Amino acid sequence: MTNNSRKSARVRPYLVTGGRTRSRRPLLLETLISVVEFDPALEKTLIPESWRIYELCRSRQSVAEISTRLKLPLGVVRVLVCDLSDQGRVRVHATSIDSEQDQRDLLERVLRGLQTIS
Amino acid sequence: MGYRPSPEGDGASAISAKIVIAGGFGVGKTTFVGSVSEVPTLSTEALMTEVSAPVDDLEETPDKTTTTVAMDFGRITLDSELVLYLFGTPGQPRFWFMWDDLVRGALGAVILVDTRRLSDCFPAVNYFENDCDVPFIIAVNQFDDAPVYPLEEVREALAVGPNVPIVNCDAREGVDARGVLTEAIKHALAVTG
Ligand SMILES: Nc1nc2c(ncn2[C@@H]2O[C@H](COP(=O)(O)OP(=O)(O)O)[C@@H](O)[C@H]2O)c(=O)[nH]1
Ligand SMILES: [Mg+2]
Repeated sequence: MTNNSRKSARVRPYLVTGGRTRSRRPLLLETLISVVEFDPALEKTLIPESWRIYELCRSRQSVAEISTRLKLPLGVVRVLVCDLSDQGRVRVHATSIDSEQDQRDLLERVLRGLQTIS
Repeated sequence: MGYRPSPEGDGASAISAKIVIAGGFGVGKTTFVGSVSEVPTLSTEALMTEVSAPVDDLEETPDKTTTTVAMDFGRITLDSELVLYLFGTPGQPRFWFMWDDLVRGALGAVILVDTRRLSDCFPAVNYFENDCDVPFIIAVNQFDDAPVYPLEEVREALAVGPNVPIVNCDAREGVDARGVLTEAIKHALAVTG
């Protein structure tokens, strides 16, 4: 356990939220994030990186896009999005591994989509 | 129809999925992603912690080495509530520690192959055969000056089973790339119970 605590101390910047337990959707690279209801007043309360994420997600986009557009490491984006989600500020959308998602339905829908677009 | 948009159109039921494009360096992954993506290919400089050093060493080093890994990705909006992402794997084997994160949740994978350098794709084939459950297909990216082999010869050379689809494509052509993605999803459907 000593080893573990030394390790976590070192990576603390990426674990700013501490060890709260939450049940939530996993943040895959493709997981879409969107702002539930934009509140400009949050600029004063959020840390700058979270505010930038919040602003950007007024238009729905993936974790990977957030990381790219804001030039923030993926790990940081994941932690901050998690926090915003816990506060009810952003919506974390479903992916293929969502428990309610029927895999076959999704595959068929993707197939239809690919065959329709040109 | 398996879904309907939420009445207010607030997009709450939007969902995303991904397909991974793998293969050796220079085989055409970035080209492939770019030819079907509706946005210019994005590149995320994922800041990753190197895990190649022995754990004991990490314990003694004040800062772990971090490295940026460039991952190409593109996006295809399939309907108002469904977005498909394509992720090209970082080609260099030393970045493989991040593949698990990259492929997690993928509907399928495409391993691109250049017949002039078949062995470049062996690590990717090994990975998808042994280290993860994502269904994969092989797509031969036919370069202009490369000899054309019958696909069954390619299968033999790669030593993949008869159940793995192998197709031809030109990664520069959006129509071809979309066809390959379609095959990948059909294959995923075939192996999904
Ligand atoms: N002739 C030909 N050139 C290709 C094709 N696909 C990719 N290329 C070229 O091969 C080079 C490497 O492709 P790239 O997509 O960067 O490979 P990556 O390393 O797998 O991402 C680029 O110069 C491409 O323009 C193809 O189907 N035919
Ligand atoms: Mg590339």
